[in-house]
Amino acid sequence: MPVKVMIPTPLRVYAGKRDSAEFSAATVGEALGHLTREFADLRKHLYTEEGKLRSFVNVYVNDEDIRYLAKENTPTKDGDVVSIVPSIAGGSNELKS
Amino acid sequence: MATKTQPVTDGKATSLSNDEILRYSRHLIMPEVGMEGQLKLKNAKVLLIGTGGLGAPLGLYLAAAGVGRLGLVDFDVVDFTNLQRQVTFGTDDVGKHKSEAARARLSNLNPAIEIESFETQLTSANALELFKDFDIIVDGTDNFPTRYLVNDACILLGKPNVYGSIFRFEGQATVFGMPDGPCYRCLYPEPPPPGLVPSCAEGGVLGVLPGIVGSIQAMETIKLILGRGDSLAGRLLLFDALGMKFRELKLRKNPNCPMCGPNRTIHELIDYYEFCGVRGEEAPAPDIQVPEITPRELRARLDRGDDLFILDVREPHEYQICNLQGQLIPLGELPRRVHELDSSREIVAHCRSGKRSAEAVDFLRKAGFRKTLNLKGGILAWSDEVDPSVPKY
Repeated sequence: MPVKVMIPTPLRVYAGKRDSAEFSAATVGEALGHLTREFADLRKHLYTEEGKLRSFVNVYVNDEDIRYLAKENTPTKDGDVVSIVPSIAGGSNELKS
Repeated sequence: MATKTQPVTDGKATSLSNDEILRYSRHLIMPEVGMEGQLKLKNAKVLLIGTGGLGAPLGLYLAAAGVGRLGLVDFDVVDFTNLQRQVTFGTDDVGKHKSEAARARLSNLNPAIEIESFETQLTSANALELFKDFDIIVDGTDNFPTRYLVNDACILLGKPNVYGSIFRFEGQATVFGMPDGPCYRCLYPEPPPPGLVPSCAEGGVLGVLPGIVGSIQAMETIKLILGRGDSLAGRLLLFDALGMKFRELKLRKNPNCPMCGPNRTIHELIDYYEFCGVRGEEAPAPDIQVPEITPRELRARLDRGDDLFILDVREPHEYQICNLQGQLIPLGELPRRVHELDSSREIVAHCRSGKRSAEAVDFLRKAGFRKTLNLKGGILAWSDEVDPSVPKY
């Protein structure tokens, strides 16, 4: 049973409309690496040009924030769920264009 | 600026009238609320930031529950398109100020409480003054600058901030600003740059979603007032309406948080539009300058029989709402489908409002389609100026 990466609604448009993807990965960084290779458009939304995770992208392994674990080196095991949690601001979402 | 209904509580009520006892009887017979809890509700002062999608269930349930003093902050006016989800408002309210229309509705729902409407935009200049008279602040806004502003003002004043936000089918809720609890900046130290959030063209929201998330905020607010149950503080609730799944993540207080950490570096409210990189976006964004054609000119040229190729760059589901019988190629697909177009023909590109099609015209002209024009104002202007039978959305 591999690691499941949950893709949040605002990013699904860059991930072939998928809501999750599964990879064999030993760390969070590996799982996200697989994800952004499969869906190249996602890369710039998750990483800076220097290859660092963007500061407004929160990543969790199960219910723990990786900032308080080993960041991208946080180990993952089969069955873990990696969640990408972006900030969303909407209260009613108006159409603007 | 502020309009009040009759003040009935000075925050020190020690009894309920017979009418109130009857009205709140289903609370009073619950041991978790009882007379003691109902008096806490009556003496509570809650400020709602935003009276839109999240604010609707919040206002309705908090007023119905007997929260003694409700403040409503909103500068906006009720629009016809709000009615699909902002259930405080009726069709008659279109064109009225939201804070005032909500005050009227809520005071009809419960005349025994005090409701104050603030028809103003929350800013760094007025936030502390507005917040200081309330016990709990509830964030039902729709933009990043105001969310950081609400957070910082709550931390500076030591007030709980009941948070909820939504995007299409997804919602988040938690409680920030509790003693020893995390704040919004602990969760999201920085806002996403404007260019990296998905465009409004992919926006939209299912009307029930703010109803659910706003109701969760109302429940958390009432629990805080009653001092009952386990608050969402320290937990981020994620709600996926399509999958109908609730998940929760642990929220920790960031020891390096510039706002609520021990080494605070932010000591006053700042310019939140600048912080969020959206300075100037309040005014119409500087649109790409491309050659345009007005709806009337286009109508006249089509009537003359000119050979014009109409290119619709909206999404397929928008085409189903209404169209000008153009060829549909969504903006996002244009780069790989550009070969479907004939560069020798004159092309008129359009979208809903003219913004996406301006990007399309800019792209096409750079790709060698020199005879490409943008329909000024899009379908909205076409409906206003040429053919009112085309619906606006």
